[in-house]
This record gives sequence, C-alpha cells and structure tokens, in this order.
Amino acid sequence: MSLLTLEALTLMIGAAPILRGVTLGLGPGEILGLVGESGSGKSMTALAVMGLLPQGARTLGRIWLEGQDVLALTERQMCALRGNQIGMIFQEPMTALNPLMTIGDQVAETLMVHRKMPRAEARQIARDKLDRVGLTAPRFPLSLYPHELSGGQRQRVAIAMAIALQPRVLIADEPTTALDVTTQAEVLDLLRDLARTEDMALILITHDLAVVAGMADRVAVMRRGEIVETGLTETLFRAPQHPYTAQLLAASTHRPEAAARPTFAPGREYLSQEENPAASSWQKYSDPDGALLRVAGAVRTYRLARPRPFAPHPALRAVDDVSFTIAPGESLGLVGESGCGKSTLTRAILGLDPLQEGTIRLGAHLVGPGMPQAARADVQVVFQDPYGSFNPRQRVETLVAEPFHLTGLPADWRDRVAAALVEVGLAPEDGAKFIHEFSGGQRQRIAIARALIIRPKLIVLDEAVSALDVRVRAQVLDLLAALQASHDLAYLFISHDLSVVRNVTTRCLVMQAGRIVEQGPTEALFTAPGHPYTAQLLAAAPQIPPAWMEDRAHASPLV
Amino acid sequence: MKPSLALGAVLSAAALAAAVLSLIWMPYDITQLAIAQKLQPPSLAHWAGTDHFGRDIASMLMAGARTSLAVALVAVGIGVGVGVPLGLSAAALRGSWLDEVMMRGNDLIFAFPSLVIAILITAVFGPSATNAIIAIGIFNIPVFARVARAGALSLWTLDYIRAAQVAGKGRARISAEHILPNIANLLIVQGTIQFSLGILAEAGLSYVGLGAQPPTASWGRMLAEAQTMVTLAPHVALAPGLAIVVTVLGLNLLGDGLRDALDPRLRGRVA
Repeated sequence: MSLLTLEALTLMIGAAPILRGVTLGLGPGEILGLVGESGSGKSMTALAVMGLLPQGARTLGRIWLEGQDVLALTERQMCALRGNQIGMIFQEPMTALNPLMTIGDQVAETLMVHRKMPRAEARQIARDKLDRVGLTAPRFPLSLYPHELSGGQRQRVAIAMAIALQPRVLIADEPTTALDVTTQAEVLDLLRDLARTEDMALILITHDLAVVAGMADRVAVMRRGEIVETGLTETLFRAPQHPYTAQLLAASTHRPEAAARPTFAPGREYLSQEENPAASSWQKYSDPDGALLRVAGAVRTYRLARPRPFAPHPALRAVDDVSFTIAPGESLGLVGESGCGKSTLTRAILGLDPLQEGTIRLGAHLVGPGMPQAARADVQVVFQDPYGSFNPRQRVETLVAEPFHLTGLPADWRDRVAAALVEVGLAPEDGAKFIHEFSGGQRQRIAIARALIIRPKLIVLDEAVSALDVRVRAQVLDLLAALQASHDLAYLFISHDLSVVRNVTTRCLVMQAGRIVEQGPTEALFTAPGHPYTAQLLAAAPQIPPAWMEDRAHASPLV
Repeated sequence: MKPSLALGAVLSAAALAAAVLSLIWMPYDITQLAIAQKLQPPSLAHWAGTDHFGRDIASMLMAGARTSLAVALVAVGIGVGVGVPLGLSAAALRGSWLDEVMMRGNDLIFAFPSLVIAILITAVFGPSATNAIIAIGIFNIPVFARVARAGALSLWTLDYIRAAQVAGKGRARISAEHILPNIANLLIVQGTIQFSLGILAEAGLSYVGLGAQPPTASWGRMLAEAQTMVTLAPHVALAPGLAIVVTVLGLNLLGDGLRDALDPRLRGRVA
C-alpha cells in the first residue's frame, strides 16, 4: 500500500500557478528522487505535504498520508502530524539548529512536545537517535552546542531531530547541497540506510542528478510545477522519455568543446593584441618559461584568537607553501573542500591580501595589495553568487565598466560595454537595466562581461558556475570555452564540483589543508589519482554511472 | 502604502508646512504684547487662544515649529555629516586601531548623560538655540556612526565589493560609490527617528531654560511658561504639548513606515 500519495495537487499563490496536477506515490522504505531546476516547484511540493505553505496559497487535489487527507486537516492537527508522521530536513545546516540550545535538548524537544515525554526520558531517546546518525557518545555528548559541530555533523543532528519520532515519511530538501563532497557522501549513506532499515519513505529533493542516480529507487522530474516524467531510476537515466529529462541529463554531463585556438610553444614570448598600457612592459619582461602566473612558495597565515588570556595567538597556515604556474591560455582547475585555503589563495592571486612568505608573479609584476593598477588589469574574477556580485543600485553598464578604473575610462566605453554584453550573449540595450531584472544565469554572464571588459590575461572563476542550474551551467561553460579561444584567456577554475573541473580544465591542482597535495593533467589525475586525498574526493563525488549514459551519447541538443 | 506611514507623512508635512509658512505669514505678530487680550480661550480670532502676554498661541506654535525643526534638522545634519563618514571609515578599516579609536570614542559619547553635557555646554557658552543644536548634534554622531558601520560591515563581505577591489578601487572610493548608496535607506530611517528625538531634546532643553532664548519662540519654553497657569488656562500648556506630541508621533510613524517600506526583508512575506 502506498504510504504517501499526491493526487493532482495544484497550488496557486495569488493568480500564479506554482504546482499543476502533481501526482506522486511513495511506499514504505522507498526513496523517491524529486529533481528539477530552481523554481520548478520541488520545494513547494514538500512544503505542501508538510502543510507549511506561505500565506495566500490555495490548493486543489489531495495529499493522502496513510489514508488521511493532509490538506483537509486543521493547523492544530497538522502540528500533531509534523515531526510525528512526517519529518523534514532542510538545506542549510548552519541555520536549521537553534544556536542557543544544546543538541540533546533540540532532539529531545520534539519528543517532549509530541509525546509529552518527561525530559530525562526524552534525552535518553535523543541519545539513541544521535548514536543512530553517527554522533556517538562519548565523543558527542548531548551538552554540545551547534557551533561546536561541523556542517556535516549539524546536518546529522537535523536528521536525528527529524527521525526522533520515527516518522513514516522523511522529506530531505537539498540536504547535502551545502556540504563538501566527502561529507555529502556520508550524509547520503546515512539517509539511505535510515530509509531501508526503519522502513521510512524518503523524498530526496535535489537539483543534482548524480546524487539521485546513486540514491533513489524512483525519480520524478519536475519542470514549471509539473511532473514531466517519473520512472525507475536506472530506466529513466538510460532511456528518458521526455525531452526535458534528456536535456537535463545531457547538461549535467556536458563537456564544452574546446574550440580551435592557437597553441603555445613553451617559452614563447606573449604578445598582447590589445591596446593595453601594460602590454609593452609585458613583452619586455615576460616570464622566461612563458608562465602567465607564477606562484612560488606562497604562505598566508591567520592569527587565531588566544586560547587563554595572555597566551600567544596561535597561527593558522591557510595557504602553506603553495607553488604552481598557469600558462597563457591555459585552464587550470583547483579543487578542494571548504576551509582548504582556496579562498585565501584566490584573494592573494587577485592581489587583495599580502602573503607572509613566497611570491606571486603575474608576468613581470609582483602581485600584492601595492601592485600597480596597470598590472592589476591583467587578472579579473567571476564570483559564485550571481546575487551578491553586483551593486543593486547601479545600472549594468556602470557595473560592467567598473574595471576601467584600472586603465582609465576610454571615450568609447559605452560601445565597449555594449560589445562585451553582446559577447556574453546579451543585448546592448541591457546596459541600461538594473541587475534585478536578470536571472541567475544572465547575471553570471554579466559578471563575465565585467571580467572581460579590460581584456585581462587571466580570469579567476571562483565557483563561477556552482550556483547555476545544470542547463544554464552548460551554456555558461560553453560561453567560457568560446571566450577562452577568442580572447586567448587563461582560467583558474576553482570549484568543489569535480565533474565540472574534469570537463573544463586541462590541468588540475588538489588542495587540502592549505597545501597542494597533487597536481597534474586533469584526465590523468581523475583516472589514476596519486594521492589518497584525491582518491577519497573522487570516490565521494556522486556520479551518474557511465554505463547508464552510453546508450545515447549525443541524444539531444541543449536548449 | 500602509496607513500608519501615510498618517506619519501627513503629520510631519503639517509641522513642516507650519514652520515654512511662519517665515512669510503668521496670524499675529508674536513680538507685540497685548496684555488686555491675555489668557483668552480659543476663539475665531485666536484659534488656539492667547497666552499670559496676550500673544496669539497659534502664531507662537508656528514660530516654535520653525525653531524645533531647524534645531532638529541641523542637529541631524551634524550627526550625519560627522557620524556617517566616521562609521564608513571604521567599517572600511575594520579591526585596525583607527576603527577601535573611533568606535570607543563613540562609546564614550554614548556613556555621557546628554543633559549633563548640554548643561555643561550652556554653562560654558551661554544658553542659545545654537548651543542646543551643538549639544544635540554631538549626541547624534555616535548613533549615525554605529548605524553606518553596522550597515557597511555587512556589505563589505559581499562579492561586488570584492569585484570593486579587484578593479583597483580604494576603500574610500568603494565606501562612497558602493557602500553609501546601499546603506542610504538605513540612514534615512535613522535620520527620521533622530529628527523626532531632536525635537524632543530641543523642547526639553528649552523647558529647563537652556535652549532657545526669548524672543525666539520655542515649544519647550511655551510649556515652561504655561506651567504656572495650568489650572487657570489649561489651553496655554495644552497647545505646545500637543504640538510636540503630534509632531514626534508623526515623525516616528514616518520612520517606522519608511523602514518597513525600504527594507525588503520586512515587506509582506508572500511566496
């Protein structure tokens, strides 16, 4: 018998249809992957099941949970249901827990509310549940506070809270999106194990098809509030019926074609085609080995808080003796988990922070906070967050023209901005608009236009496509590949997403705890990792089994 | 627009209109005493009655509005003019000794009881509207410095600030170009609230005789003078009291309303 059934669920907010006739069924112990791009209605479906819809939402259709119509329940009855029969896990483990309550009390709270259980008994069960999710005593006592735990450990606490009452259905909304790959693998293993052993139905909401491939029994693909396709996972991956599913699959394994471009002989003197004021000195003093960027023995330490009053400050070596080079026109990948020092290294390469030891050279110039403006113009950056990357109060043309500060504003700056916008696939008229008028993918194009406008030689892509939906991501990667060829750009591609790095870079660095533990040609490094940490990262990265994708190598074009 | 915001805007505009109008026209000349007409209740000739010197209270309220608003406006101007650059530079130099010095200096001003300082200033320089402005203005500085610093600090972590740094822009330029426009709404809201507090402070200082001196009209001094006659002619005290309450209420409603309207996080939460 089906545990949870959605029958033609339609959801309206105001006059806007958010969900249209969503029909789903879920049995005990079953894992359903609900995939789709942002705004497809995945999370709204979950919130409808939880009865947590925003004000002004109207629903049609039915949601049956063990023979009970959830939509017909009063708020009071819903409260009894939530946590008790349905549990939910959210994306952001940093905000899902109350920072002022111990983890033991937070897990015990649901028990005390729903079962009217005395505190001591509730804490006993909380202990069991925390053990169950892998936070075992004595290493993780109930008296810990959330800030004493890592992101993955917090997500485990959130899971313990969700399963405290042994709900029949567990909804996990992007539970691992905010986590590192190795942590993600552990949390996914835990969720799968819980569903199987406790006979819970699990709805796994994610944008990541690779996560679903390794987890779900069945997959439902959503687009614009509708389920376009549902089926057994392997069947759906091998032979998608709906063109949209095929597009998603193609995009998630998309590999931009390297366009034909001039090859570089080592030691070749770099000649700039642009009327860049730095060009002449560049030619005179270019690196003897032809390297564009040369990082040598870079060390950056941070002073930590004193452990006791008057004790000396301990130091954290965020970047620890890092050396590498980037050749002109090269794509270099840099992978590592959060806290490994990627961001610190990026800031140093951009010349925003000084190094304590070692040097970074960009052509002839030393990189650092005091570097000359003209030298700074050779490196630009694209950030991860398409929403935080722009001053909301300036027009796009002003935003894109900002790097001209380094070179002086040319008389034809408006034309150049328009040309840059055209290059990234936008219209010249878009310059007069404000940033809120653009989608995430378009914003990232504008960020690329801003990086391109002064014709840098190196662009640092700091998780530049991580926040984008797979299809948009594929388009942006294609754009980057095309621009690299036409403008002879070098990319430093920083990402936690191994599959993207594998598809777009030729050489790759692996960073762990401030050190580069391995570097080499990307393909070799991914097929035969030399360092155990690289192997661990690769093993943890979710992947769509290649065999599932073989049947239709180039089945459908990108839209 | 919320009704409270509209009401606040109307009340504030009314006070402003009365003050501006008093520059060119008032029903009666308030420098002329007419003892024969003293302490008359409100009538058609005198809408708010007359005081113990026979002056028209409605005219004095208009002139008092001018004093109150001028004092509060200049005091807010001092607070914004000094406090915001302080706060912005403290945020731009976060963690440096300059940040520490500036913010601890602000704490120091905060720690002093404002009335004591006002008395000190008047004791040294003599009571006047100008000195009231200086006293009130000094206490506005740390308020704006803190609001500006807090707003700026949250912006300094954003990527578009990093992008501007990569574009070679210095801290001062970034503060002026990217930070200030984006904390303007915070400052507008705080300015409105400080403005109403300034009116209260001016009334308070004038009430104890440390603010505007005769013949400058002031709501606070009108209250003080009416105090002895409260049982005899309550309207003389009631009129300036109501003027203060209504203006301050209007400005507070305006400030709250503006905060709700300008802060997207507090806008109606649908979807």
